[in-house]
Amino acid sequence: MEPLLAILVGVLIAAAVYLMLDRNLLRFLFGLLLISNGANLIIFAAGRTTAGKPPLVPEGADAPLSTVANALPQALVLTAIVIGFGLFAFALVLALRAYDTLGTLDTTEMRLAEPREEENDP
Amino acid sequence: MSWLLAFPLLIPFITAVPCYFYAERPEMSARISLMGSLAALVAALLLFLRVSEDGVVAGQMGGWAAPFGITLVADMLSAILVVVTALIGVAVAFYAQGEIEFEQSQIGYHAIFQALLGGVTGAFLTGDIFNLYVWFEVMLIASFGLLIIGGRAEQIDGAVKYVALNLVSTILFLSGIGLLYGVTGTLNMADLNAAVANSEKQGLLSVIAIFFIFAFAMKAAVFPLYSWLPAAYHTPAFAVSAVFAALLTKVGIYSLLRVFTLVFDLEGSFGQDLLLWAAVLTMLAGVAGALAATDIRKVLSYQVIASIGSLVLGLAIYSPLAIAGAIFYLIHNMMVKGVLFMSAGVMTRLTGGSDLRRIGGLYASTPVFALIFLVAGFTLAGFPPLTGFWAKLMLVQASLDANAILPAAVILFVGLLTIWSICKIWLDGFLTAHPEGEAETLPQLGNTLIPLMVPIVGLVALLVLMGLMPNYFIGLAQTASDQLLNPELYIDTVLGVSE
Repeated sequence: MEPLLAILVGVLIAAAVYLMLDRNLLRFLFGLLLISNGANLIIFAAGRTTAGKPPLVPEGADAPLSTVANALPQALVLTAIVIGFGLFAFALVLALRAYDTLGTLDTTEMRLAEPREEENDP
Repeated sequence: MSWLLAFPLLIPFITAVPCYFYAERPEMSARISLMGSLAALVAALLLFLRVSEDGVVAGQMGGWAAPFGITLVADMLSAILVVVTALIGVAVAFYAQGEIEFEQSQIGYHAIFQALLGGVTGAFLTGDIFNLYVWFEVMLIASFGLLIIGGRAEQIDGAVKYVALNLVSTILFLSGIGLLYGVTGTLNMADLNAAVANSEKQGLLSVIAIFFIFAFAMKAAVFPLYSWLPAAYHTPAFAVSAVFAALLTKVGIYSLLRVFTLVFDLEGSFGQDLLLWAAVLTMLAGVAGALAATDIRKVLSYQVIASIGSLVLGLAIYSPLAIAGAIFYLIHNMMVKGVLFMSAGVMTRLTGGSDLRRIGGLYASTPVFALIFLVAGFTLAGFPPLTGFWAKLMLVQASLDANAILPAAVILFVGLLTIWSICKIWLDGFLTAHPEGEAETLPQLGNTLIPLMVPIVGLVALLVLMGLMPNYFIGLAQTASDQLLNPELYIDTVLGVSE
């Protein structure tokens, strides 16, 4: 299972980097979405996968009776997904706002905060 | 014991709630924010007193024993930084009373500001590396909100770059944590110390260490990963820039200091060389930018980068004196950067602009403010006996002790150029006549005089005091540095407490 996940992570991150190198802000954001999912899968795979053994404690016992799946990475991934979702939602709205106010999604054209020298001279 | 650790963290978040409910009444909201910041300062000072008595204070949240639960822990470094954060919080909350307009308050400036303070404090206090990531995110989302409040086109433009690059560093940090967990099976930083040292996969751990260096260096704006900082820091309200410049990049530095003394062994590793050269180049790139820029806040933003270089250099040299120097520099720098950005706000308000080529005449209209600004600027540049001088003295001494002649020379050279860039602001903003009209006609601050000037004067007075009796503060920095380099007490305290 882990080698398969590792390959998937590799594919996701490669595609993400390709998208993030684009000048278009929206493509950058899609790349960001892919790479954050890649990072989530890294955590998941790093915790080792155990198929079909949910980490449940039977009634009356203090601990699971046999080897079960590691629950911690799942909790971490869940946290990371929620945080990533919030940040991505913000970034999308920001991109929309940038398109409204700046009239472009081309990041090389966004020079308002850092104008080129000739435009800047008094 | 746990409550002492939790209060500096809880108070900002509790304060944020009424701040939000009173968002429609800016004066009330600002007053609540100030009260909350004062309460957080008291809590931080209580924690600091306990830490100076007991050494290291730790508490397990939710009653789960370390290393399984989330630990809050304060050693001397954390305690000092929590106090300075709370102090900056009070100063900026006071300043915001004079600057934040109705529209900005209505969107929730004061509530988000308190959440930012909470996030920064959390990052300083946590003992768990995944929890550190969560606090980074709290801080990040709050900073996004603050950055775009007002919604001017430059702010949106700056925010796009700030958001994009900070999210990339976040993902590097998260991947690093995932891989580190995969190798060691633990996330508690005290527990990681032994787990990393005893691991057989040292090659893999070196790669993971580079992940962390990249992630934290990007947060801290280290060369060549700093381009988001000068793109964004000059765009928002001054009360926002001041808190960003004082706190945000410093959390990156704190994380570098913590992770590369407690978790990874920096000494003799590839990371040490990397950080050393990055530090030297950061100082040079930062000060070069400061000389080229013409907007006051851009000059100051590049100076933030230059001082980040000195801080990283302290870590990279990795001797007790160097790290103590870096910690002392950190305290000094957080305060002085806050003061300078708040002063930039006053300058812009008085002259009607922030481009140094279009303003002037401040010395003739407000000589007292001019003098205060000069003291703050020379504190940054490192004139004896001000704090910047003692910090740089320690770093230069440590570099020479480590036979690192070039970094020592660069610190001194950069110090010289910093004086030049401060003098540039002083000459263009204060001494030359205002290009449009006579200096006497420049407006005065009026009823915003007290809220805008009290925090500036207060912090400058504190800095001068620190400079005049540096021994106490250098002593604190040395204690913090000893605790970082000999983490046994930290580890025993974290893993030993069970309640």
